[in-house]
Amino acid sequence: MEKGFLPRENLSQLHAVLCQQGYKVIGPQVKDGAIVFDGLRDIADLPWGIVEHTEAGAYRLEDTGDNRCFAWNNGPQGLKPWLFKSQQTVWRGEATSDGIRFKSEQPSPQPLAFIGIRSCDISALYLQDKHFMHSAYADPWYTAQRKQLCLIAVNCSRSNDTCFCESTGDGVEATYGYDILLDELDDGYLVDVKSERGRAITAALPLQPGSQQHHKQAQRQLKNARHQQRVMPDAEQLLKLLEHLNDKHWQDIAERCLACGNCTLTCPTCFCSKQEAEVEPVSGEHHQVRYWDSCFSEKHGYIAGMQLRGDVSQRYRQWMTHKLATWQAQYDRSGCVGCGRCISWCPAAIDIVAEANLILGDDHD
Amino acid sequence: MTDYVPIRARLMVTTEESPGLATLHLKVQSETPFTFQFGQFNMLSMFGIGEIPISIMGWQDGLLMHTIRAVGRVSTAMIGMQKDQELGLRGPFGKGWPLEKFEGRDLVFITAGLGCAPVVAAINYAVAHRNRYRRIVILQGVKHHNDLLWQPKYDAWRTMGDCQVLLAASEESKRKHHWKLGLVTALLDDAEFDPRHCAVMICGPEIMMLAAMPFLQKHQVRDEDIYLSMERNFQCGMGACGHCQIGPHFVCRDGPVFHYPDVKPWLGVKGF
Ligand SMILES: Cc1cc2nc3c(=O)[nH]c(=O)nc-3n(C[C@H](O)[C@H](O)[C@H](O)COP(=O)(O)OP(=O)(O)OC[C@H]3O[C@@H](n4cnc5c(N)ncnc54)[C@H](O)[C@@H]3O)c2cc1C
Ligand code: SF4
Ligand code: SF4
Repeated sequence: MEKGFLPRENLSQLHAVLCQQGYKVIGPQVKDGAIVFDGLRDIADLPWGIVEHTEAGAYRLEDTGDNRCFAWNNGPQGLKPWLFKSQQTVWRGEATSDGIRFKSEQPSPQPLAFIGIRSCDISALYLQDKHFMHSAYADPWYTAQRKQLCLIAVNCSRSNDTCFCESTGDGVEATYGYDILLDELDDGYLVDVKSERGRAITAALPLQPGSQQHHKQAQRQLKNARHQQRVMPDAEQLLKLLEHLNDKHWQDIAERCLACGNCTLTCPTCFCSKQEAEVEPVSGEHHQVRYWDSCFSEKHGYIAGMQLRGDVSQRYRQWMTHKLATWQAQYDRSGCVGCGRCISWCPAAIDIVAEANLILGDDHD
Repeated sequence: MTDYVPIRARLMVTTEESPGLATLHLKVQSETPFTFQFGQFNMLSMFGIGEIPISIMGWQDGLLMHTIRAVGRVSTAMIGMQKDQELGLRGPFGKGWPLEKFEGRDLVFITAGLGCAPVVAAINYAVAHRNRYRRIVILQGVKHHNDLLWQPKYDAWRTMGDCQVLLAASEESKRKHHWKLGLVTALLDDAEFDPRHCAVMICGPEIMMLAAMPFLQKHQVRDEDIYLSMERNFQCGMGACGHCQIGPHFVCRDGPVFHYPDVKPWLGVKGF
């Protein structure tokens, strides 16, 4: 279908239409020095003029003063926290005179419309779908919310220093999984629609036909964004990490790694969780609560008095070999979508791409 | 069968097997019959304390049996339960021993440690369906003679036709009747079975599994006739929490009983 064009001054109507159609709108905003997705009350709250500069161990915002609101690439979190919540009660138990009464925890999904997610976010979402939804035991909370998403994606017009989605095949252009796709241009937005849900929204927008100029600019921006510094080895190469399990380089990484788990928390595809039994002080109920966990945590590999991965080198190796290699057997592709979050949010500036390349060493040309 | 929300299981009888180790006989409070395979496990929860994975030991007189060793918070609370107290049960989960596939073959059981439930459950099954299998060989290693649980069972198995029971104690200095000194793997030299028509089931520390492999190879047992019951940290039991991964496998979902060729590359690799 022909792409339409939405002049910048009409962007607020997109927000209005989403609200009218019953969505809670979630959009990017500047919070605590980073781009964060949160309830968006007004398009004035979008990060107008903001870009971020990232490098290993660093993330910094800059106000360029220009008239764009999607010129940044990403923040510490993508869609993950909205579907796979960092804290989720999984069941409750009530002690009665006649034994325990167990209760399920009903999902409470709401129609959410996300504005401004990226191609890599969609890839990560599809990977989490495989894990949480298309598994033997579909996660009821994830599944319920997943069915109520409206995704308004934006193509990246530039890449950051830590972006490498081109080499993982996950960007910079979104090609699937969205309802509406925008290219942000000098004077407005090229609008592409993929789904019925999306058409219901664009039908209510004052779209003009996109001009040749508009299309040219969008193509130029994509071409510009495709220049990325880092190159993740391809899937076949990454499998060879498993031939390097005894490489001394793992130890070298462990000397820098703080085992803080930031990489796993910011990674949009990491799915580990732990469960805690909590007694609710007022009702006395047992709440079985699931929390995000990390393969870097002390107890992740704990069994019967021993930790299988006592050394940080073993934990880093678990994280990298799982993400890049064994993930392929589990979900038919590597678990890395090239977003670069684990690189910029690592306090020790450890760079998964550089480390993977180093470990593969001569195997990799 | 229950996955996300536990069902109730009421304690009817506790049998103390040895200090700190007990078998709970539980009445599963469910409308639908509780069906399972030997080698599968349940996630059992103690109210207000926590939830842990425990192998299914068996089913007797309408009651589900779990044999539990007190090693920490949850397990200690469980073996201290009073009659009629309830625990939560989710399961059964995972893959058990493919015992039906083994019909017509010699069965070889190798276990080390104390009361290795998945293997004992499988032996009970094989004995109960004796005519479906040929020879039964049971190799059990413990540290001390006294550590052997269910001694009467072993004695009964020994006198059963076409059944060989070999025991080893690794930390004894004097040899007892029917016992060898040393590790369970040393017993393999005395084991008599047909390596071309056998199924070997192993449960216990991975270091023992590794040590058993050269002996089995010497007997010309093929890798594809070997099955292992593995243990990892489980938080959910449903292949979601990520804790139990060994290479590409989720132990709770793809195991805990594995076909040896599937886990061979990972066995004994430190950190996996
Ligand atoms: C497939 C499988 C079958 C098992 N079958 C039996 C059985 O039949 N009888 C028996 O006595 N024990 C069995 N275990 C071991 C049992 O799960 C642990 O002893 C138990 O989790 C310890 O919990 P705790 O709170 O008492 O100990 P703590 O040391 O206080 O443990 C704290 C937490 O760590 C985790 N954890 C600790 N050890 C293990 C472990 N070995 N495996 C998984 N998670 C662990 C649990 O979440 C536990 O709540 C089995 C384990 C697995 C994986
Ligand atoms: S690699 Fe970096 S972010 Fe990950 S645990 Fe180590 S120090 Fe933390
Ligand atoms: S491994 Fe790092 S770069 Fe890859 S998807 Fe996860 S956070 Fe992004």
